[in-house]
Amino acid sequence: MAAVRTSSEVAFNRIAIAAVLIATLIFLAPIYWIASTAFKPKELAVSVPPTVLFEPEVTPFVRLFTKRVQMQKPVDPQVYDAAPWWEKRIYDGGERVLKVGKDVQLSQYPDRFMNSLIVAVISTVLAVGMGTFTAYGFSRFKIAGEADLLFFILSTRMLPPVVVAIPMFLMYRVVGLNDSHIGLIILYVAFNLSFSVWLMKGFMDEIPKEYEEAALVDGYTRMQAFFKIVLPEAATGIAATAVFCFITAWNEYAFALIMTNRRAQTAPPFIPSQIGSGLPDWTTIAAGTFLFLLPVAIFTFLLRNHLLRGVTFGAIRK
Amino acid sequence: MAHIELKNITKKYGSHTALTGLNLDIADGEFFVLLGETGAGKTTTLRLIAGLDKPTEGQVLIDGVDVAGWGAAERDVALVLQQYSLYPRYTVRQNLEFPLKPKIRRLPDAEIKDRVARAARTLRIEHLLDRKTDRLSGGEMQRVSIGRAIVRKPRVFLMDEPLSALDAKLREALRTELKNLQMQLGATFLFVTHDQIEAMSMGDKVGVLNHGRIVQTGTPHEIYNNPRDTYVASFVGSPPMNLIDGRLVDDRAVMAPMNFELPLAIGAKAFGGAKASGATDGRPLVFGIRPEDVYLESGAPVEARVHDVENHGVEKILTLRVGDTMLRATVPARTDVAIEEPVRFAWNPDKVVMFDKGSGVSLRHAG
Repeated sequence: MAAVRTSSEVAFNRIAIAAVLIATLIFLAPIYWIASTAFKPKELAVSVPPTVLFEPEVTPFVRLFTKRVQMQKPVDPQVYDAAPWWEKRIYDGGERVLKVGKDVQLSQYPDRFMNSLIVAVISTVLAVGMGTFTAYGFSRFKIAGEADLLFFILSTRMLPPVVVAIPMFLMYRVVGLNDSHIGLIILYVAFNLSFSVWLMKGFMDEIPKEYEEAALVDGYTRMQAFFKIVLPEAATGIAATAVFCFITAWNEYAFALIMTNRRAQTAPPFIPSQIGSGLPDWTTIAAGTFLFLLPVAIFTFLLRNHLLRGVTFGAIRK
Repeated sequence: MAHIELKNITKKYGSHTALTGLNLDIADGEFFVLLGETGAGKTTTLRLIAGLDKPTEGQVLIDGVDVAGWGAAERDVALVLQQYSLYPRYTVRQNLEFPLKPKIRRLPDAEIKDRVARAARTLRIEHLLDRKTDRLSGGEMQRVSIGRAIVRKPRVFLMDEPLSALDAKLREALRTELKNLQMQLGATFLFVTHDQIEAMSMGDKVGVLNHGRIVQTGTPHEIYNNPRDTYVASFVGSPPMNLIDGRLVDDRAVMAPMNFELPLAIGAKAFGGAKASGATDGRPLVFGIRPEDVYLESGAPVEARVHDVENHGVEKILTLRVGDTMLRATVPARTDVAIEEPVRFAWNPDKVVMFDKGSGVSLRHAG
């Protein structure tokens, strides 16, 4: 009997592993596509059937970071020989890198990328910080109309945010917040706060209040007890919430597209704007997208232990 | 060390009343046990003294000073809980140091070291000092919890069922240790428990709490031998006091259901002023007798059948059946009886406690 069950368990295990593998492949396919395109020579990017084996090159990244113009006539061989390797790749493509004097002119990509970082990091810190305090309040104190307030906070997520895009745009224009970092940060904090409050409340509820009460009795103030006892206990929850908030803010497209166009434009609306007219340069776009994926991947990787615990414990229960 | 007084405390949580008109007086250096079932209001009482909750009505006085305006930090009490009183991220040493480091009473480092060492020695946890608290056994954890309380020399120790989560052997050992510790420190202890054995064995004084009211306060001896009402009688003691409905007829107890009779020691000191307070013939009463005051004797007045036998080693607890009435008797282990065997029993008339059938209050306390 035991042997029968064991063999069926083994079979189930194999099926489960196969399913996980297939799912992983499906999830990884687009990432592989982007990554491989980012390193492909231009002409292979759109080849049918797709090329799997090719000699990788970094020319797409050079194009991504520089301003270029089409050459009218072939480059002077002496200039070509004097050029550094990466500039030669550009000449090979029939283009020339724009310069002011000797300095290479950078494309807008680094600025846009920086904008994304500034907006995502600051809005995440604010949303998670405010969410943690709010959740602590809801979790530990008797608050009149607690259920209604929590529902009200949640209700901000009940409509797709794009529905309010036009009124928001008009309001932002009047108060002068459009195309500013602070404007986007306010928006993203507003989106993420409800999520952060609810998630953190789940985690806070699971920290026994006895810990803080022991600290209170030991002579600590509520604030000291919060920072010394509650916050370290909530680290897992904070990490999980931060990852989710960061991803939301980092990936946000619609509002960034509507609210910003120059100074504060983030990477998501910028990257597709580079498709331009004529034949799109897919390798450069893929290079931009590939770099854009890295921060989220790194952030998630660093917090992976917390994240796994955060998703499996807390939040979901209760 | 301090004298704790609760005056007319009422505590409501929304529509639920946890405590009603509670009065308590805990003398300096006393080991006071608050005994009651789950939900009787024991923990609430502790929280009010600790300053974690505010009473709806009434006053909490520490050394005669009303502490209504004082927060938990200022009251200088120590709290030991059943669980969750150790910080999981800290080592035992850090846990012991924690109460000595708040801003309002930060001690010099040398003093902290000294106190932690002394507490660790007292509780025999010196070898655990550098261990993380999640690597401790239940008994070790409770020792550390108590250590966290004693490092500070607080004015009063509040203990909320500190032994309940432990297994029986350990509980017994720590019970003795705690009592010794209290005597050694000369400290005021308020110990909350639902375990009447803990209350009896540790308390200088016991307060029995039922549904948010103090039913009786007294020494363990008083509580045990002279319960104020049928609740205390049935809650304290294991097995509890036998309570049998009956009437008083010509100075004899006539039990209602089967009409068996037992003599009473009228005029004996245990009877007290019962007669004066209305133990008149024919009045419905509840007769209370401890199982150890019920004897089996061949010439005894009442016949019963043995319903059940529980062997406890040094003694046996018999359940006797007289008609529909069940009665417990504690007899020496050598007593040889079988289930359904007919036996004859009597009681010690000096030890009988009479309660009013309607109110449940002992006639000795009624006047």
